[in-house]
Amino acid sequence: MKILITNGRVIDPHSNTDGRLDVLIEGTKIRGLYPEGSAPKADRVIDASRCIVIPGLVDMHTHLREPGLEYKETIKTGTMAAVKGGFTTVCCMPNTNPVNDTMAVTRFIVEKASKEGACTVYPIGAITKGQKGEELAELEMLTRTGCIAFSDDGRPVTDSLIMRRALEYSKIFDIPVISHCEDLKLSEGGVMNEGFVSTIVGLKGIPNAAEDIMVARDLLLAGLTGGRLHIAHVSTQGAVELIRTAKSRGINVTAETCPHYFTLTDESLVSYDTNFKVNPPIRGAKDVEAVRQGLKDGTIDAIATDHAPHHVDDKNVEFDRAAFGISGLETAFSLGLRLVEEGVIDLMQLIRKMTLIPSEIMKINKGRLSEGADADIAVINTDKKYRVDSSAFLSKGKNTPFDRWTLKGVVEKTISRGKVYEWD
Amino acid sequence: MFKSKDLLGIKELTSEEIYHILDTAAGFKDVLKRDIKKVPPLRGKTVANLFFEPSTRTRTSFELAAKRLSADVVNFSVPASSVVKGETLKDTALTIQALGADFVVIRHSSAGVPHFLSRIKNISVINAGDGANEHPTQALLDLFTIQSRKGKFRGLTAAIVGDITHSRVARSNIYALTKLGVKVRIICPPTLVPAEIGKLGVEIFDSMEKGLRKVDVIMMLRLQLERQSKGFFPSLEEYFNLYGLTAERLKLAKDDAIVMHPGPMNRGVEIATDVADGPQSVILEQVTNGLAVRMAVLYLLAGVKK
Repeated sequence: MKILITNGRVIDPHSNTDGRLDVLIEGTKIRGLYPEGSAPKADRVIDASRCIVIPGLVDMHTHLREPGLEYKETIKTGTMAAVKGGFTTVCCMPNTNPVNDTMAVTRFIVEKASKEGACTVYPIGAITKGQKGEELAELEMLTRTGCIAFSDDGRPVTDSLIMRRALEYSKIFDIPVISHCEDLKLSEGGVMNEGFVSTIVGLKGIPNAAEDIMVARDLLLAGLTGGRLHIAHVSTQGAVELIRTAKSRGINVTAETCPHYFTLTDESLVSYDTNFKVNPPIRGAKDVEAVRQGLKDGTIDAIATDHAPHHVDDKNVEFDRAAFGISGLETAFSLGLRLVEEGVIDLMQLIRKMTLIPSEIMKINKGRLSEGADADIAVINTDKKYRVDSSAFLSKGKNTPFDRWTLKGVVEKTISRGKVYEWD
Repeated sequence: MFKSKDLLGIKELTSEEIYHILDTAAGFKDVLKRDIKKVPPLRGKTVANLFFEPSTRTRTSFELAAKRLSADVVNFSVPASSVVKGETLKDTALTIQALGADFVVIRHSSAGVPHFLSRIKNISVINAGDGANEHPTQALLDLFTIQSRKGKFRGLTAAIVGDITHSRVARSNIYALTKLGVKVRIICPPTLVPAEIGKLGVEIFDSMEKGLRKVDVIMMLRLQLERQSKGFFPSLEEYFNLYGLTAERLKLAKDDAIVMHPGPMNRGVEIATDVADGPQSVILEQVTNGLAVRMAVLYLLAGVKK
């Protein structure tokens, strides 16, 4: 089966391509890129007029909830949501039930994903057994079975010595340790950002320092060990500044942020809408500006979704008791486009931060649109507007703060290893 | 006059609305002085008191206010345990709706719960205290008490003393007093100052000696005794030494300053007994005024088209 994508604007950060080209797919691979009209004949032609044709997006931070929390999401529904959002690769966090801290769980995820997944799934293994922060998980066995990074995401590794050991030991495999930076004592009981808004709504705040302190600690440990540190979901000005300084000193660190941290401020919380409840919390305007600057100057390398789907019963409760998290796969690229529209980064940079860079951090052979690469492609009409309708999400998690927003960027087609996904 | 079907907080009220409630309450205070204290405006209406936190005073005050207005009152005391057992807020809301209540008076330890319930159509929600957010009827009865003692608001200075961070009473009073032109000071240890509270236009003091100087109104807050174990201050004794209202300290305020407390008091922790029972204390008057104010709120909300 040969598929030709024609009339589109092909953008590939890896080869620095941006132009009118035809893309020919054969089976599960990209056969080649051709000047318009010069490609060999294909069985199917996809007209990508008015669209960009880009490498399928890569999400380095996704919660698929399977095994154990299938009522929130499954590998099947999560990956369907992914392709709807233009993603062809997701890296799933280990905070499932049981935690992905053993070969058995990793194998289960890999096998389930190969059978039911709409896109490629790479598991991330736990840093510590049971994500308890006490003993290292069997990192070699996890790596061998398919884990491409380690994280106790959802929880920090509170013990500095264990974090040091993780950064040291993971050097054997040269794969990143992804840190969820949170001082649990400072954040205890907190449900939103600490600041003027938390004062006027009377909800307990989480201060920026809860994140900054752990970012600082982990940067120091990365300096001490030379291990590969990746900071997850950066939300504060302090974290951006600390990472910027660390990078300038040559520390081996990368960082990601998520669309809600560069789009929303804590002012939104006055509605007590639990769809805005996320950890780390949506911060103040200064932090949002700092995160945007960090994206612009490269301090923040990648944009990830931290897709955290929840059942409505976990959200439709008291704000204090509601689950933390945002269902993000189906709105991430459109929210990224707002950064382009506002001149924070250009389109090439946005695509780079959502394809090539996460692939490079995770050392996976994804995020490229070139001859011989996997046929992972997103065809997106970046000018077309639509209204977000959470009830139409393919994810089981309808928990988005962006419901009813008008956004640009309709994913017309996603091609995952040669398979074409399209929607009415 | 009244736009909203609910009373969620003072934040949402205009100063005109506040004055309107106070004027209405004055009328009901006269009713309460009569021999027969019952009037008919809420006959046939049902008020559901829904208290997820223990409270005797506020619940009783609302119950009596509703009964004085001839409403039927049902009390749901929802112990925390049944929440743990799994009845969700959503189910509670559906139950109230199915029972056909006209008013829900809600107290809950989580901020925002009254807002959640206010989505139910055809029911007026009255916030009787939600987490550290607001306790609007407390602030209204405090205003009523100040007005009856001082005859005005503009030009007065009030000091609110104690655990501001965890206090819904403090927040509602800050909104209420500043809206009516009262200068507000807060006096508390720096561990109990909410983030960026200065933006609300209050002056912050960590010393009674400085903060009480020449004030017209002193509002003491109840100190939750378990705060000590959370590291906000080292001991109750030290707290009283620094922030307890003593007769000595009271002299720093204006001679005719009034002393208020929302109750229940911790005598010897935040307030000395001789001050609590002294001539400048208006604490019991606050309780009486609470009844009139709550009648006014129920009465005015009943008049809002739903």
